Amino acid sequence: MALALAAPALAGGNLYTRAQQLFLDLGLPPWIFAILVAAVKVALILVFILLNVLFLIWLERKLGGHLQNRLGPVYTGPFGLLQTVADALKVLVKEDVIPAAADRWAFIVAPFIAFVPALMIWLVVPFGPGLQARDLSIGVLYVAALSGLIIPSLLTAGWSSGSKWSLLGAFRAGAQLISYEVPLLLAQLAVVVWAGSLSLNDIVRAQQQGTWFILLQPVGFIVYLIAAIAELNRTPFDLPEAESELVAGFNTEYSGFRFAIFFLTEYANLLTSSAIAATLFLGGWSGPWLPPFVWFLLKTYVFVFIAMWVRFTLPRLRVDQLMNFAWKLLLPVALLNVVVTGAIVAL
Amino acid sequence: MDTQIEPRTAGGEEIHTEEIMVNMGPQHPSTHGVLRAVLTLDGERITGVDCDIGYLHRCFEKVSEKLTYPQIIPYTDRADYLGGMTNELAFVLTVEQALGIEVPRRAQFIRVIMSELQRIHSHLIWFGTFGLDLGATTPFLYSFRDREVISDFFEEVSGARMMYNYMRVGGVRNDITAAWVEKVREFLRRFPAYLQEYDDLLTGNPILKARTRGIGRIDAATAIAYGASGPVLRASGVAYDLRKNDPYLVYDELSFEVATATEGDVLARYRVRLKEMRESARLVQQALEGLPEGDFLGKAPRIIKLPPGHYYGHVEGPRGEVGCYIVSDGDRRPYRLHWRAPSFVHLQLLPIMAKGHFMGDMVAIIGSIDIVMGEVDR
Repeated sequence: MALALAAPALAGGNLYTRAQQLFLDLGLPPWIFAILVAAVKVALILVFILLNVLFLIWLERKLGGHLQNRLGPVYTGPFGLLQTVADALKVLVKEDVIPAAADRWAFIVAPFIAFVPALMIWLVVPFGPGLQARDLSIGVLYVAALSGLIIPSLLTAGWSSGSKWSLLGAFRAGAQLISYEVPLLLAQLAVVVWAGSLSLNDIVRAQQQGTWFILLQPVGFIVYLIAAIAELNRTPFDLPEAESELVAGFNTEYSGFRFAIFFLTEYANLLTSSAIAATLFLGGWSGPWLPPFVWFLLKTYVFVFIAMWVRFTLPRLRVDQLMNFAWKLLLPVALLNVVVTGAIVAL
Repeated sequence: MDTQIEPRTAGGEEIHTEEIMVNMGPQHPSTHGVLRAVLTLDGERITGVDCDIGYLHRCFEKVSEKLTYPQIIPYTDRADYLGGMTNELAFVLTVEQALGIEVPRRAQFIRVIMSELQRIHSHLIWFGTFGLDLGATTPFLYSFRDREVISDFFEEVSGARMMYNYMRVGGVRNDITAAWVEKVREFLRRFPAYLQEYDDLLTGNPILKARTRGIGRIDAATAIAYGASGPVLRASGVAYDLRKNDPYLVYDELSFEVATATEGDVLARYRVRLKEMRESARLVQQALEGLPEGDFLGKAPRIIKLPPGHYYGHVEGPRGEVGCYIVSDGDRRPYRLHWRAPSFVHLQLLPIMAKGHFMGDMVAIIGSIDIVMGEVDR
């Protein structure tokens, strides 16, 4: 919410120019102002993600509870809203355990290799008109590149833990994420072809003028949805951390703060995928009556809800089925979709 | 290892791959207790399974040698802790056979009701945990909701939700009341809707079918050779059910079908158990309708001494043939007691079932044979 109030002023409103003027009047060089603005943006995005992740974890548990004939968290705070806060505090004060068999430095660094790119993606996400940290002309490519960075992190985590379960989990994660990245990118590519731009902002504007891409790209949307759930390691594609098979996969040896970072990254990525989906297929922040930022949040949470709903409904696929599904079904469909889209646009 | 790994080549050179050995258990989320399976894996493929048991050994058979016959009854509850009623039944039937005691008809009906409720109770737990093994968390909560109701029934008649100590030599400990019967009737009215819910949630799911069809296959000959019984045997196409083949209590007066399937895979065992729940519900219904008035506990000697000899009694438990073998030297205590535990027998099929399948299939197979480690280790 803080972002919604402060950001218009920062990103082009009067406050921005007035503050800039003030700095120049004081005789300070302009780069100090640039750094300050960047720092404020980073802080706002960080706050936005952390608040949302806190809410997401609560939502997952509450929603899961109700889908499963339970109540979910109820005791801490109203509707159990503070449960995640309590859990986060508990996790943070836990002993920091690094297994003796672990490759120490790789083990320590691994969670952060995943966490930092998860934050960096938000640089290009348009929260509203002009509400974007930076409108990169290669926005979609940037998102794809950074979301791919989670793979080395999981491989590092699995390899360095010195546990066979972790290693198996990491193998699975590597194979799965690389496989599903292909249809995921192809689904995005079809949207890019249609919009004629890689910039997320332009894609939103294209939908604002025309219609939402979910109507023009229904196949692409479904491919994106499936591939994104697989990229997020969520049921039915939660093989890398399949608890009934691999104990906890690459997470097995992690505890305390480092585990919290992995957990945080997981939910930050859920939020990211949902935000990208809302931007690419549901018209991003565009919409009547409500403020753009509220539309953006609402659409993002539509995807979050679908992902959670699927999680509490389906069993898990097996390794070979997972691969077959990606390469033999999802990929051809996504390719065909790109070709057809290209043909229509060319005509 | 007798399986050969195919040599892999890249750029004309052979790549050297190694099998890894993984300890699945004794602390593992889906080994249903404390089973330790030493797996040899080629990547994700299982090339060898070696089961290590005994983590839950409580000397049940040895302890029994120091106990009088009535004192053994609560111990039988703890062998297969999800099938307490049928375990007790196997024991008291053996003792009654040895003594030639006639059990009142009402007690026999009550025993049928308890056995079949126990079967539903146990299969509901299996259904939930099988879902968990496959990564579906929701069926577990739903099946436990319904299992709770049956636990309440048992609690009302015996005071306990798991370790009942309810069967007695000559009958049962407490009579059932009209109010209790009405509650069970009410549950049976709702039960078909519950089963439908499970079908909607899991049975029709394409992922479930893909995960279970053709996995862990056992043919009838192997199943018989290994002494399999219960749903594991019936799913391989052998319609062997002690309630039909060697009727005890009043089962020959009640009508029910023996659930069978021919495929012998995980899906077949899944189907057989779901069908068994329906049949058990039918049996409880019939037993409630035919419940006669009379004594619930017949006459039995105050001090039970079995004449010298060997005695074997068996019943159809939720997991298969539960057998009790007693050697008596005429004392108040058995000279030797052996417990035939179906899970122990079925566990020996695990390496055959799992070989060549994936790591993810392993948990599905363990789930499908429905082992209870308390019974394996005793």
